[in-house]
Amino acid sequence: MAKIEDILQERILVLDGAMGTMLQRYKFQEEDFRGERFANWEHPLQGNNDLLTLTQPEAIAEVHRKYFAAGADIVETNTFSSTTIAMADYYMEDLVYELNYESARIAKMVADEFTAKEPNKPRFVAGSIGPTNKTASMSPDVNDPGFRAVSFDELRIAYKQQVEALLDGGSDILLVETIFDTLNAKAALFAIEEVKEERNIAVPIMVSGTITDASGRTLSGQTAEAFLISISHIPILSVGFNCALGANQLVPHLEVLASRTSQAVSAHPNAGLPNAFGEYDESPEQMAAQIKEYVEKSLVNIVGGCCGTTPEHITAIAELVKEYKPRSLFVGR
Amino acid sequence: MSHTLEQRTVKNEQRFLKLSGLEPLVVTPETNFINVGERTNVAGSKKFLRLIKEEKFEEALDVARHQVEGGAQIIDINMDDGLIDGKEAMVKFLNLVIAEPDIARVPIMIDSSKWDIIEAGLQVVQGKCVVNSISLKEGEEEFVRHAKLIKRYGAAVIVMAFDEVGQADNYERRIEIAKRSYDVLVHKVGFPPEDIIFDLNIFPVATGMDEHRLNALDFINATKWVRENLPHCSVSGGVSNVSFSFRGNNPVREAMHSVFLYHAIKAGMNMGIVNPTMLEVYDDIPKDLLEHVEDVMLNRRDDATERLLDFAESVVGKAKESKVDLSWREEPLQNRITRALVKGIDQYIVDDVEEARQAADKPIEVIEGNLMTGMNVVGDLFGSGKMFLPQVVKSARVMKKAVAYLLPYIEEEKLQNPQEGDAKGAGKILMATVKGDVHDIGKNIVSVVLACNNYEIVDLGVMVPPEKIIASAIEHNVDVIGLSGLITPSLDEMVHLAKEMQRKNFSVPLLIGGATTSKAHTAVKIDPEYQQAVVHVNDASRAVTVVGDLLQQETSDAYKQAIKDDYNVFRDKFLKRSVKKEYKSIEKARDNNFKIDWKTSVITKPNQLGIQVIEELELEKLIPFIDWTPFFRSWELHGKYPDILSDDVVGEQATDLFADAQEMLSKIVSEQQLEAKAVFGLFPANTINTDDIEVEADEKFVFRTLRQQLQRRAGVADYALADFIAPKSSGKQDYIGCFCVSTGFGTAALAAAYEKDLDDYNSIMVKALADRLAEAFAEYLHKKVRTVHWGYAANEELSNEDLIKESYKGIRPAPGYPACPDHLEKKTIWKLLQVEEQIGVKLTESLAMWPAASVSGYYFGNAEARYFGLGKIKEDQVVDFADRKGISIEEATKWLAPNIAED
Repeated sequence: MAKIEDILQERILVLDGAMGTMLQRYKFQEEDFRGERFANWEHPLQGNNDLLTLTQPEAIAEVHRKYFAAGADIVETNTFSSTTIAMADYYMEDLVYELNYESARIAKMVADEFTAKEPNKPRFVAGSIGPTNKTASMSPDVNDPGFRAVSFDELRIAYKQQVEALLDGGSDILLVETIFDTLNAKAALFAIEEVKEERNIAVPIMVSGTITDASGRTLSGQTAEAFLISISHIPILSVGFNCALGANQLVPHLEVLASRTSQAVSAHPNAGLPNAFGEYDESPEQMAAQIKEYVEKSLVNIVGGCCGTTPEHITAIAELVKEYKPRSLFVGR
Repeated sequence: MSHTLEQRTVKNEQRFLKLSGLEPLVVTPETNFINVGERTNVAGSKKFLRLIKEEKFEEALDVARHQVEGGAQIIDINMDDGLIDGKEAMVKFLNLVIAEPDIARVPIMIDSSKWDIIEAGLQVVQGKCVVNSISLKEGEEEFVRHAKLIKRYGAAVIVMAFDEVGQADNYERRIEIAKRSYDVLVHKVGFPPEDIIFDLNIFPVATGMDEHRLNALDFINATKWVRENLPHCSVSGGVSNVSFSFRGNNPVREAMHSVFLYHAIKAGMNMGIVNPTMLEVYDDIPKDLLEHVEDVMLNRRDDATERLLDFAESVVGKAKESKVDLSWREEPLQNRITRALVKGIDQYIVDDVEEARQAADKPIEVIEGNLMTGMNVVGDLFGSGKMFLPQVVKSARVMKKAVAYLLPYIEEEKLQNPQEGDAKGAGKILMATVKGDVHDIGKNIVSVVLACNNYEIVDLGVMVPPEKIIASAIEHNVDVIGLSGLITPSLDEMVHLAKEMQRKNFSVPLLIGGATTSKAHTAVKIDPEYQQAVVHVNDASRAVTVVGDLLQQETSDAYKQAIKDDYNVFRDKFLKRSVKKEYKSIEKARDNNFKIDWKTSVITKPNQLGIQVIEELELEKLIPFIDWTPFFRSWELHGKYPDILSDDVVGEQATDLFADAQEMLSKIVSEQQLEAKAVFGLFPANTINTDDIEVEADEKFVFRTLRQQLQRRAGVADYALADFIAPKSSGKQDYIGCFCVSTGFGTAALAAAYEKDLDDYNSIMVKALADRLAEAFAEYLHKKVRTVHWGYAANEELSNEDLIKESYKGIRPAPGYPACPDHLEKKTIWKLLQVEEQIGVKLTESLAMWPAASVSGYYFGNAEARYFGLGKIKEDQVVDFADRKGISIEEATKWLAPNIAED
């Protein structure tokens, strides 16, 4: 199978769209989340999307299939919240290994189906590593700015478990994403480096931050360039931004990355900003029209969708980027 | 797979040291020398150590903030002290720093000799830090282990030139250790070479020991070798070490630092710890001093050290007397204009500006081009702590003169081309001292500094009624309103004005400043009355940053919100914090008054009873009584006189300022430009009803004193001034005095003359000196009263220092100050002494004295009389006080408000 690094030199790769938006279409109820295995779990489980990997594996596989069919080169595993820290909400810390392993296995299985059908377009699985629900460099208590709800070591250990399971399950790439606090991401990267060293392997790593609002900074206050500098100490495949903003609001921040890194640049924005009902309603055509600016300006190498995007969005994006050359990887400040 | 990735990185990305806080810091060959702030280091700063020991983290954060505001591009944080838990202190302080965006914007240097402290620090900082430091001292294994972890945590590293054998102290050892460290880091650990910063050990020169002769030169040459042979690395160091043997001789030290940096930077040193105030401009070092210093630095002569030592002796005292060097007059026009502004030289500015005008298309271009270029340099130097307030005020004087010269040409140009717009300033700021208050030194300083930064100032002067402030703000369409006040009633005026601004739906920010104002009062009393931004600003340097943040479009909204939030939180904390203090009733307090044994207490009958007037005292007599420390404080130079003159940081400026002050003072004195007038009286008096003092003059007067009510430990009395006068019931006749002195007559005219001459520096100087002379007069007169007119201490011998320490017998408390904070009693003094009729000093509606350089108060002669602070009092005493004075409770509450305890 061709190396992703080499493919990146030739064309713009397409990442999948939202998993959550697709799962909503199934209208799963509490008993669907529980399945047989967790019928008697003591705590409510509806909303634990990552758990559907174990209780509704067919649905997960079907979503991956739809995204690959829509033209995605890479799908993300259903593991955004599969760390002991995030799973503590459901008292499912002990399931973390299984959740990550199974999610990666299912995604890889579907990817292999497609690669077999289209050997000239190999498909990849990115193990999704979310930010957890705690911040390492911000206090949740405004009256006690020195307080921290989670430590670097707690994060590092949780991420390490996730990374090991994602790799065991067959992930080709690790995707540290939706980074609102760079220190959380640094703990994840630290854990990945430990695993790489212990197993003596190399793994492509994608890093994707989140610019939270019009201030142009991450939630923890960094500018795009400061964020880039803070995560550039280990070799990565790509750096980019996802979530929070629609495609057009991301442009100035992608420009910063594109002009200052020699790594690939990725973007997977939301389908616009949420409307009054909290729904994302930008159509595939509208979103593709905005992403056109990315490719015309040669800002990106990998592009996909975050909240509110569907296979239809990914089709529109894939059709668009086919026509354009990827951003050259030979630039830097 | 990742191998190809890493290779590509190496090949294609230019390798610069890149660090980050909330914002990036990229060190390229074009970057100027990176200055590392080191005040947040317990090993280097006694103050910071104390703050950390006492867990005063808020103040410790201020130290960090000042460094960043002062231009530090990285802040070094060190908690290595035997008496603190370094790891805990490092984590706690870093967590707090990270919550302060104005500090956390710069990268952090985690400084410790202990690995566990460094690692704990690395685990709490999101940005790319610098670790300070690691070395081969403990062997290669530890070195590699630490370097690997630092890389994994994503930090750059300072490597000390130190190995298993010891610290590198010559050229060969420096390059040997640097080379070995580099090879291990780059080839064995895979450490990015651009993330390596070598500290090649700066050691002192001119110590008298032969083996130290090459210390500077070896460092410089080793730096050059490292930059040429170890690609992408940086070189850093602590510069002040080099001049260690000249401690106490700042002119020489400053020259040594500059010379050292000049050569080290040329050799490739690109980062370091330098105290910006201990640095002379290389080109400004006198030729002879330069030669001697370079001889030492570069080891050019065998007798270099002896020669510099000899020469240094002559530099100590006369550094400032060295002959005027006019070579700068040969330089290009812009350099001359910039220099005149930076150095505050107004001699040639009109010629230079005329030359610039002739070269320009339009006269306005001289302001917008030549002059603003120069003022931007001034602004940058002041902003980064390289210039001090008195210098900036002098720069402003030069600027004003230049602008005044150009104005007629600009007017003419306007007549010819009326469509052309005016010069566009950064914003318009209204400044006023509020109604009833006459103090304006601080306000004028802030105005001058803001004007320097291209803001247009609408100065309404002193005693400005609120209606006028509102109307002028509208008329001039100002962007910010700044209010100043020194006496406590002014606080209420400010609250009132905030309410008025809200009522009129103003949207401009309100700045609050002046000696009695505080962040607490601003947050608790003023801020809630005005929905827009209200900011307490108590020094001129901060005023520029604050106004900049308020008016800059990109930052304005966020900054205003941040200030609002900050004051909200502060207010909540303040209101919650007020630990319930216990008070006793006024009756109980009176029972516990301070009891002098009147049977044995010696009461001296004054030699001269009645009122006396001093029409005009020779000012010369006041000079020995001047307390200079507050004079420096009014110019924002902090430190005690005379030590301040040799202070490491502000010594040079203090010396310059003091020289200017002496020059003006001798002129004022020899020409008797100010009038020193006084009226004072000594009268029979007795305490009645415990808290009132009945005075026997032509008619009877009564002073109402206030008594402490705060519950304190048993055996401590609750004081009122009345306790120091024998009660009528004792049957003893006692005495009291009161006085008013002023040196303010003539100040306004002198200041106005300077202002007319566009000389704010001397205008502020006159007022500051008049204030000092008034205080000196009060001191002088008190002595005369003690030794002659009352005569109870006829034989006292006190030095000026003793006077300042108030180690004399008897006290002279002043209404409005801690022992008697209510200003109302001034009215009684005015009636009793007929102050206004006798010497012309008036009281404003807020009971401030006019002219401002005046002091009034009481004399108490009893040996047991002492100064105390009233503290807070309760409602019952307010009611009682109103009743005794025959005024309404509302009026009493208004005047005593700052001293009434909140329930």
